[in-house]
Amino acid sequence: MNSFALFSVVLFYLALLFLVAHLAEKKRSKLWINNPYIYALSLAVYCTAWTYYGSIGVAATSGLNYLPIYIGPIMIIPAWIYINTRIVRISRVNKISSLADFISLRYGNSRSLSAIITVVCLLAIVPYIGLQIKAISETFHLVTETPMSKDILTDNATFVVVLIALFSSYYGTRYVDASEKRLGIISAIALESFLKLFFIIILGFFVIYYVFDGFSDIYEKASRFKDFKEKNTFNGIEGALNWMVLCMISATAICILPRQFHTAIIENRQEKHIKTAIWFFPLYLLIFTVFIFPIAWGGRLIFEGQKVNPEFYSILIPQHFDNTLITVLVFLGGLSSCISMIIISAITLSIMLSNNLIIPYGLLGKLKSENEEQNTRSITNIRKFSIFALIIMAFAFYKYFILKTSLDSVGLISFVVIAQLAPAFFGAIFWRRGSYKGAVAGLAAGLAICYFGLIIPQYYFSYNQEFKGVLRVLYDAFGFFTIPYLGRIPQIFFWSLLVNTGLFTIISVSIKGNYRERNFAELYVDIDKYIQNHENAFIWRGTAYVSDIKNILERFLGKNKTEQALRIFNLKYNIDSQTETADSRFIKFSENLLAGRIGTASAKILIEGVTKEDKISLKEVLNILEESKENISLNKKLTEQSEELQKLSDDLRTANESLIVKDRQKDDFLDSVAHELRTPITAIRSAGEILADDDEIPFEIKQEFLNNIVTESDRLSEIINDILYLDKLQHGEISLHIKENNIIETYKKALNPILHLIQQKNIHLSEVNLLNQFIFDYDEARMIQLFQNIWGNALKFTDDQGTIQTKIFEKDNQLFISIFNTGKHIPEEDLEMIFDKFYQSKNQNILKPTGSGLGLAISKKIVQAHKGNIKAENSGLGVTFTINIPKKNIKEIKNEVEHA
Amino acid sequence: MRKIIIADDEHKILMSLEYSFKKNGYDVYIARDGTEVLDFLKTMVPDVILLDIMMSNLDGYSTLDLIRQDEKLNDTKVIFLSAKNNPKDIEKGLEMGADAYITKPYSIKKLMQQIEEMFG
Repeated sequence: MNSFALFSVVLFYLALLFLVAHLAEKKRSKLWINNPYIYALSLAVYCTAWTYYGSIGVAATSGLNYLPIYIGPIMIIPAWIYINTRIVRISRVNKISSLADFISLRYGNSRSLSAIITVVCLLAIVPYIGLQIKAISETFHLVTETPMSKDILTDNATFVVVLIALFSSYYGTRYVDASEKRLGIISAIALESFLKLFFIIILGFFVIYYVFDGFSDIYEKASRFKDFKEKNTFNGIEGALNWMVLCMISATAICILPRQFHTAIIENRQEKHIKTAIWFFPLYLLIFTVFIFPIAWGGRLIFEGQKVNPEFYSILIPQHFDNTLITVLVFLGGLSSCISMIIISAITLSIMLSNNLIIPYGLLGKLKSENEEQNTRSITNIRKFSIFALIIMAFAFYKYFILKTSLDSVGLISFVVIAQLAPAFFGAIFWRRGSYKGAVAGLAAGLAICYFGLIIPQYYFSYNQEFKGVLRVLYDAFGFFTIPYLGRIPQIFFWSLLVNTGLFTIISVSIKGNYRERNFAELYVDIDKYIQNHENAFIWRGTAYVSDIKNILERFLGKNKTEQALRIFNLKYNIDSQTETADSRFIKFSENLLAGRIGTASAKILIEGVTKEDKISLKEVLNILEESKENISLNKKLTEQSEELQKLSDDLRTANESLIVKDRQKDDFLDSVAHELRTPITAIRSAGEILADDDEIPFEIKQEFLNNIVTESDRLSEIINDILYLDKLQHGEISLHIKENNIIETYKKALNPILHLIQQKNIHLSEVNLLNQFIFDYDEARMIQLFQNIWGNALKFTDDQGTIQTKIFEKDNQLFISIFNTGKHIPEEDLEMIFDKFYQSKNQNILKPTGSGLGLAISKKIVQAHKGNIKAENSGLGVTFTINIPKKNIKEIKNEVEHA
Repeated sequence: MRKIIIADDEHKILMSLEYSFKKNGYDVYIARDGTEVLDFLKTMVPDVILLDIMMSNLDGYSTLDLIRQDEKLNDTKVIFLSAKNNPKDIEKGLEMGADAYITKPYSIKKLMQQIEEMFG
């Protein structure tokens, strides 16, 4: 493929990234913002060119050593739910925007520590960015089959890098508050993570099934290599030890690498997203790993004896088979890995560079005197400049130091250097005694060991083998520490971390820390206690005026935002807005407001400039903290108790309201029952009166009156029976006689006595039986009553010439009976309550009730006694009652009626 | 001959009332609910209307309300015959302009006497 075509593809790809970032920023829909998968995918920024290309090289040349880069993170990620949840909380309440802020704030918010951490990060990450540029450049030339150009201006990689720098500085500095979430960038990174996995899967399938005849074919052929067995086993304890240390290195890196800290902590929108990430991200890495082995060994089988770089097998294989499409896709996957790493690393380093080096050591004075608009512009310009400077530095590094080294070794060195932050980092969240001095001493010693043990030999000697003098002597001194079993990198990792952790621990326990670091130690270690009112846990004593601090805030936030923030603060702590003096909570609150823009250390310095702090001893701080902790837990307890009381009182109120409703329903019910009784009594009495007083009644009329007396007497006793029956059902005084019955026969038995009523109204009766078998367990007499009650109800509401349809079917081991009737719908609000014996529809007090309401109440009790359910629904042209009862298990409840 | 409309949705109650009033020389009109009463009123002015309260479609209260709005029915006596015997129901019925409120079960003989008295 020619250079121009590939460059066009790259341009098109970058345009796609711009588009995704733009859309995400512009739309800000919930799909983007609250998507745990975007968060989890953005974590895959971990897989850089080193993972994408380097691992294949390692697998082909050194065997199993490619695995620790994936295994380490997979091992530690389950612990994230504990570790990262805490760090996310700490960072949220303190407006932390970078790794340097996170560590330095804990050790007393020290400007110098944050500067040292920034330097460590630069030292580790700049070569690592250089490594990505190297990969872009080399793969570009590989795909286009052009020679590497020594001239920067004719090297295509230069243009790609400039485009990436433009993209990063545009989308990475959109918010002056560095703790803000960068939706555009993160969405673009998530897309890249998806694409790089997708492309490696395509390549994997291509190699396994197109180039070879399946996985076993590769395995079988590769196992004929003499070194195959040796490369795919641990080679005894020695190999296993190295392997284990490499796992530890990558496990540390996944927590501390600035780009991982940024995506996992700063860009975390919801704590619950971590829960998705802890399974999704390891799965992502596992899928990635699956394809490394066949590609690496497939490459060796194809290119054995040829002089090619195994790191680029993934491009060489499809190229070898003249498959341009897959070659370009793999190149784009590699480009994605590089671009996302460069973007996130450049952004995070630029924040550290600006907030922890440039602003606190150079521009604070200038910012203090400018207005908000100018400050915002200056801060974003510093970051834009930093991003460009970093990428240029990395580019220079690539051109002069790592041109000839492998991707793998540069990556590992970065990991070991960054691991030097581990003792201070993990100490910050788990250990109260950890101190500034211990952290700095440990870090300095660890760094020195890495510098002389790894960086000098790797970069200086690769650049100039003849390097001599003090550096050489110091380098040679490491011969003394050699551990026979370990390789150079695991060795230096071991020694540097041992010395680093040792110094950190010893100095921290032997020197009394500063009061502020102890203050933040409490806040970090006990974050769960302070999460709600962390400002209360900040100890500060002195004199400060709200107006002075407000002045500073306005210079960075502007007048409106400052006023708004103060209003929220006053509201939260119930403070009078006229209060003139600032308390410790206000100091912390103001520092937080500034921290996102200029970093925690600079924020502290600015606030200190307008306040007069009194000396406070460590002992006092500990006492106050103890007290405040007690207060907080007391407060929590009181809040809990008051919430409990509130809940109890709410429950009581609800119970009382429901009693009042029940009482009213009972009165209504009694009224209605009385009415029902009076109606037949009236008919009986009237007929009786006429018969008694009138001797001249014609025989037929006399006969009719007598008939009336009989039928109305029956009606009376029926109502009385219903009431008594319902009462007995409710009190469990009626036994069920459950046995096997034929449901169709029961249906017919139930229908016969009321068939004439249905015919009288000219109602169309239909039935549907969708049964495999007809035998079910139930009490037949009750079932007949149930059918008749529901039909009776349906009869009342169905207009002449309407329809009643009964459907009997079985589903999920249950017997279902659904009875549909055409006619008026039941008001939605009444659908559930129609089964309540005290329930009367709203209008029934005036309009003629259609029955006493007992039929459905009785039906419900019968169904409940069979451990089933009954419900009513408005459907289409009428109403459907659906009853379901378990097919078999009701045998257990034989002769037992549920107590309502 | 006095004209009487009897409104009730209970067939058996209507039967007794119809028989008794006819026997006592009334011209009897039977209605099943309020709407049927209003239908009769379009073409005639009765002397007495016996109204049940709880009826489907149009209840007794609403029927009385419409009757009382019609000036040509000023002289018509309206009597509620209801099974609702709550004092507040009775009060409401009388307040709305019923000439009497008689609760079920009643004596037909007494009912007749009461109506006769109304006409003095």
